[in-house]
Parts: sequence; structure tokens; C-alpha cells
Amino acid sequence: MSDHDHDHHHDHDHSELSETQLRVRALETVLTEKGYVDPAALDLLIETYEKKVGPRNGARVVARAWADPAYRARLLKDATPAIAEVGYAGRQGEHIVALENTPNLHNMVVCTLCSCYPWPVLGLPPVWYKSAPYRSRAVSDPRSVLADFGFALPKETEIRIWDSTAEIRYLVVPMRPDGTEGWSEEKLADLVTRDSMIGTGLPKSPKDIAK
Amino acid sequence: MNGGQDLGGTHGHGPVKPEPNEPVFHGEWEKRAFALTLAMGMPGGWNIDMSRFARENRPPGEYLSMTYYQIWFAALETMLKERGLVAEDEIAAGHSLHPAKPVKRILSPGDVERTLHRGGPTERDTNTAAAFKPGDKVRAKNINPPTHTRLPRYVRGHVGTIERVVGCHVFPDSNATGVGENPQWLYTVRFDGRELWGGEGDPSAKVSVDAWEPYLEPA
Repeated sequence: MSDHDHDHHHDHDHSELSETQLRVRALETVLTEKGYVDPAALDLLIETYEKKVGPRNGARVVARAWADPAYRARLLKDATPAIAEVGYAGRQGEHIVALENTPNLHNMVVCTLCSCYPWPVLGLPPVWYKSAPYRSRAVSDPRSVLADFGFALPKETEIRIWDSTAEIRYLVVPMRPDGTEGWSEEKLADLVTRDSMIGTGLPKSPKDIAK
Repeated sequence: MNGGQDLGGTHGHGPVKPEPNEPVFHGEWEKRAFALTLAMGMPGGWNIDMSRFARENRPPGEYLSMTYYQIWFAALETMLKERGLVAEDEIAAGHSLHPAKPVKRILSPGDVERTLHRGGPTERDTNTAAAFKPGDKVRAKNINPPTHTRLPRYVRGHVGTIERVVGCHVFPDSNATGVGENPQWLYTVRFDGRELWGGEGDPSAKVSVDAWEPYLEPA
């Protein structure tokens, strides 16, 4: 597929994107010729976030918290070292806080000022997370945002929005779905969606993955 | 700065549109723009707060009509040109036309994993005491710096409660302007939805921001 075929997702005209594509290519050539970048390092950076670092990491952390009460306690007390135990750390996850959903409290994470997101556990943020509709309304009308995701919370549930304005990154620990007693961590991780760790969705149910 | 990036509570942006099975990148140029931005941090010598300012420092209409990686790429061009590392005629030509300036270090393939794993922690040691403790009532100051700040407009002037003393962290307002890290105590401050949005606000909603001590005063 050509670049253009991918780019139709954005509401921008073709000529503007072509211009950007050409400039990106030109700048990479200039920076490489000057010896400021090594294209092999660029390839590795891309591969890391395309193939290795993504929401499956966070799903493993949440699944362990569901399966192991001692781990859950460590994660909620000081998430950064607890997440490092599972093997994830680093850029845009230097200071992580885990937020536990309960029947009375639902947590949702946003960055109204840019796109702060816990990379080591969730990977790079989706377009909607960085978009004006989400960043504007998540703090002022969170239930309408959840409605955009087809998701309604009971009226009496407190909704808590965490605006990531500093270098603290937030990971939501959703509630463990019913009907998963005795499941292995690996199987539990299959239920944990990216959106459930941002707070704009719920984990899958055992029924969803049996389909 | 009170720019297009400070979106909390603004209207008219339409519904959130999640994309099913969204790829990590939309097209090859996004991958390269992303990787170039990360890789140039080291030789470029800028910090994350300078990068954020370079991204937001543009007319709001422009900010809102660009895609996220277009903003990243435009900021990268700006920072490279400001430092004399690249000139416009070189981008237009697609080739280096001027001698390279010496840089401290470049990112080699062997450095990638270690560099990403290390990240850039922002907590710093301090011998000062935090001015606030959990439970204290604080007002977010009404500040309007034209330079970089991380205090969003929607909390300015409003009263919240200190929920957590996070630690002493690099202060973006200083770090973005190149005067140094100037670490300050950082707090998670919780606000009631109705304090921020008035009587029509969702009574079940609470919003927190992470705010440095210079943003706050006792209430």
C-alpha cells in the first residue's frame, strides 16, 4: 500500500500531505548526510514502537494485578518499580501511577495540553487520544466522551479524570471481569483492552473472547 | 502560552472518533518524522519542554488543522533551524549544502534500547520542604505567561485540594526557556467538576492536574 492509501484517515488534502512527505524525506537525507542521524537507529526506533512496545505490555501488568494480590498492592503503592518487575520501563514511563477502578469509582486519563501517555505499557497513543475532541471534553464532559465510545457508567459512579500535565503517567487498572476465577495471567491478559487502561472502555468479558 | 494546545473545556471539536484496528503509524512519513524527532534529541541538545513549546508555539488555527505528526515535524524543523543545524535551502534541495556543525553525540543503533529504557526521569533531589500537604486547599494562580507552562487555563483561579505530594521535579516553565531545570515541588491537585465548570457541571466528576508549587497559592 502506498503512503497515500494510509493517509486517507486524516481529513487533510492530498497536496498538503505530499508536501509533508517530501519534506520529511528531504530532512532525513540532510540529517543523514550531515552525520546527525544513523538511519539504522531510526529503523530500530520505529520497530520498537511498531512491534515490541504496545498495550499488550500493560495488559500483562493488569492481568498480574488481577491474579496476584501482593503484586496488585505493590502496583497501586508504587507503580514504576512494580511495572519494571514485569520488564517495562523507560521513556514516557519514568514515573507511573496506577489507578484502580472500583464499583464506585471510574478513572479516565487525558493530556489536555499535548499527548502524554504511558509509552512503556501502552505504546504510542492512538490518534483520537491526541485529538481536539478528546482533549477538550474529557475534563469538562467526560460522560459524553464515554458515550462516543459507546459506553455508559451508572449515574452514581464517581468519575475521576487525570490530566497528565507533568511527567507523571497514569495507567488505569480496570475491574476484573466476572467469570474469570482461576484463569491464568496469560488468559486474563487477553481480556485487557487498551481503552480499558485509558478509562474509555471496559475489559472484554469471557464471552467476548469465546466467540 | 495561551495557545491552540490548551484544549481543556473548549467547544466545537465534534465527537471523538476511535479508529478500529488503528495502526501505530499512518504511512511511512509518520514513522520517519517520529524517529527523526527522537533521534535528534541527543545531537540537537534540546529538552522535552523546549520540544513541547516548539510544537504549541504557532497560530491556534494552524495547530488545530495539522495532524499530530505534522506538528511534531514542524517543531523539529524549527528547533533544527534555530540552532543552525539545518537551513531551509537544504530542505528545499533535499541535500546538505553547508558544513555540519559539531554535535555532542548521535544516537547509534547500539544505543537505542538503552536510551529508551533509561528515558528521562524528572525527579530531583532537594533540600527544601514542600509547602503543601495532602488535604490542603490551594488555588491555581491566574498566570498567563506567553512562554511554556503546564498549568492549563481551565483550572486557573480555581480552588482544589492537594491529593498527593509527588516529589521535586524539573520545572517546565524554566526548562523550556533554557534557563535550567529549576526543580520545584510537584503536587496532584483535585478539583470538583462544579468548581471548574459551574452549576451545570457533572456533579459526579472530579478532575486532577499535576501542578508545580509556583502554580499554587494557599486558599
